[in-house]
Amino acid sequence: MALQDWKQHKRPFAAIASGPLLWLFLFFLVPMTIVWLYSFGQNSGPADINITGTLDNYKRATEWLYLSIFGKSLAVAALVTLICLVIGFPVAMAITFAPEKWRPWLLVAIMLPFWTNLLIRTYALMMLMGSNGYANQGLGAMWEGASWLKTMVGLQPLEAWTPVQLLYNNFAVVLGLVYVHLPFMVLPLYSALDRLDKSLIEASLDLGAGHLKTLFTIVVPLAGPGIMAGVMITLIPALGAYLTPDLMGGTDSQMIANVIERQFKRANDWPFGAALSFLLIYAMFILVALQSLRGDRTKTGER
Amino acid sequence: MKEFGNTGNLRLGRRSLLQSLGVAAIGISFGGLAACSKEAAKDAAKTGGTTKIAPTGEEPKLNFYNWDTYIGETTLADFKGAGGADVNMTLFASNDELFAKLRAGNAGYDVIVPSNDFVERMAGADMLIPLDHAQIPNFQNIAPEYQDVAYDPKRKHSMPYTWLTLGIGYRKSKVKAVPDSWKVLFDSDEYKGRIAVLSEAGDMFRLYAKYLGKSVNGLTKDDIKLIEAMMIKQKPNFKAFHEDNGQDLLLKGEVDLVLEYNGDIAQAMAEDDDIGFVLPKEGSQFNSDNLCIPKGAPRPKNAHAFINYLLDAEAGKKITETILYPTPNAAAKALMPDDYKNNPVIFPAAELMAKCEYAKYNPELQPLYEEAFTRVRAS
Repeated sequence: MALQDWKQHKRPFAAIASGPLLWLFLFFLVPMTIVWLYSFGQNSGPADINITGTLDNYKRATEWLYLSIFGKSLAVAALVTLICLVIGFPVAMAITFAPEKWRPWLLVAIMLPFWTNLLIRTYALMMLMGSNGYANQGLGAMWEGASWLKTMVGLQPLEAWTPVQLLYNNFAVVLGLVYVHLPFMVLPLYSALDRLDKSLIEASLDLGAGHLKTLFTIVVPLAGPGIMAGVMITLIPALGAYLTPDLMGGTDSQMIANVIERQFKRANDWPFGAALSFLLIYAMFILVALQSLRGDRTKTGER
Repeated sequence: MKEFGNTGNLRLGRRSLLQSLGVAAIGISFGGLAACSKEAAKDAAKTGGTTKIAPTGEEPKLNFYNWDTYIGETTLADFKGAGGADVNMTLFASNDELFAKLRAGNAGYDVIVPSNDFVERMAGADMLIPLDHAQIPNFQNIAPEYQDVAYDPKRKHSMPYTWLTLGIGYRKSKVKAVPDSWKVLFDSDEYKGRIAVLSEAGDMFRLYAKYLGKSVNGLTKDDIKLIEAMMIKQKPNFKAFHEDNGQDLLLKGEVDLVLEYNGDIAQAMAEDDDIGFVLPKEGSQFNSDNLCIPKGAPRPKNAHAFINYLLDAEAGKKITETILYPTPNAAAKALMPDDYKNNPVIFPAAELMAKCEYAKYNPELQPLYEEAFTRVRAS
């Protein structure tokens, strides 16, 4: 039973598609166009923007200051994505190979964080990681335990515990972002691995390849589209993150989204904020385009 | 004690939604409070304000757009009990949010509570209705120094609701001497890594101006460059730029010195004896929150009646008892107990207050502050 081609059934297709298309047009394209137009404007009063066609906003947005923040944001987002991939892949594998009846529960566990607002989760993480937070309290208790053990065997006790600085630095931002984005990585990986024909893995193992070799020559290439989807779906929101760096970052942890947010709020410079946003959008377009280009090439290469 | 604790936690939420959510997240129950307000509402009628409210001829409804936890527990019920309209209060978390919401047109708000610079900004953008003083006789309750202010000459568009000032909150046991100068925060490595300052660029530059002996409104481009260099030099000594949750950082022991509003630190002091507040000797910046009627308000007469009611001595006292912020309402202040009236954190000494200024809204400098601050944070 092949799917029917929409070209032969234009009318029902149009009936079904027009609703979502209208929705997309009204609530996505129109507002985006307005913001895009703002990026070519300038403030003419506290609440008025004149769209003059000026390129000044883009000129300012491509100054080294902002490009360097773009660069830093990209680096942070890439690191977050990499860590998510390294942690998420084994998790997705584990779920795939878990007994059938456990799988739904494991997936629910992965999605559980979504039941709570991002802000609340971030605050919870801050409670955990503060100078006097639970993590430091735990480490401090272990330190004292070690000190006590040393005195028991007649050695000098350790010096007093000084809390580890876990919050308010770039480490905290990366950790916070990994924590938030891990489910975005695990879910597409799981769906890719789940569809994978397990007999291929068995064949590989039967024919003498080791587990690692099987993983890298069989599983990873076959799960490639899932990995790319996971990378994109993690990288793009991580690049636009602003809450985590705001709350958990230190004095040098600003990311481009924080700068954009400030233009729209405190600086009241919507045209410049719009230009910065669109630079970010262009950058993401390029990333997605590169990915699909790559995809096309491998397909034609295979043929 | 329980009641007091609840009031306190509510007040922490005044400036930021993030904070109030944070409070909720760490599991403090608001149930007790709900019970109190119900009880209090019962005797609202007999203890309400003395201001009589004549029918305005408008539909007895009013949309009030306010900061979180910035009204007396029974004020809205009292207003209704005294013959006023049924007030529907919705909340905003920052001036930017208020401004962004109204800039596209008024969605039906009758009374709003912008800060002084936003009164200026919104009046300039023709977003406020001039107030009819004849309908607000309680204006006479306001202390003279708040009756005519530079940001709103002759109070054409706004009535003062509260005021506040920025200073240094500190942990007494962790400082060698009272940090009574901005130098400690802005130009010294004495407390390296134990300082948190505001993430609001404009406030930071203006307070540096105070440290340099200039007016908060007298900064030039050269000054901004100089201050930027000073901030970059001082940055390694800062632990964080906080989102106006400095009192939390201080209470949790994350930092020992924090740049924060007096009202917020006054609350932290009520929870922790080891916390102090000082208004630096160089002077500081005033802020004030104001009652205004936005253009397009559907019920301007009710709005005037409500503003008049909020400025009533008795009603003002009840609001102040809940939110504990400094009040510009002299008649309401007179009714407050001595530990509020004579609290040097809530009402700093007159000679220090004389060195404080309101920040003017300056559309040319604000983007420069922001850009310089972005450079500081990127450095």
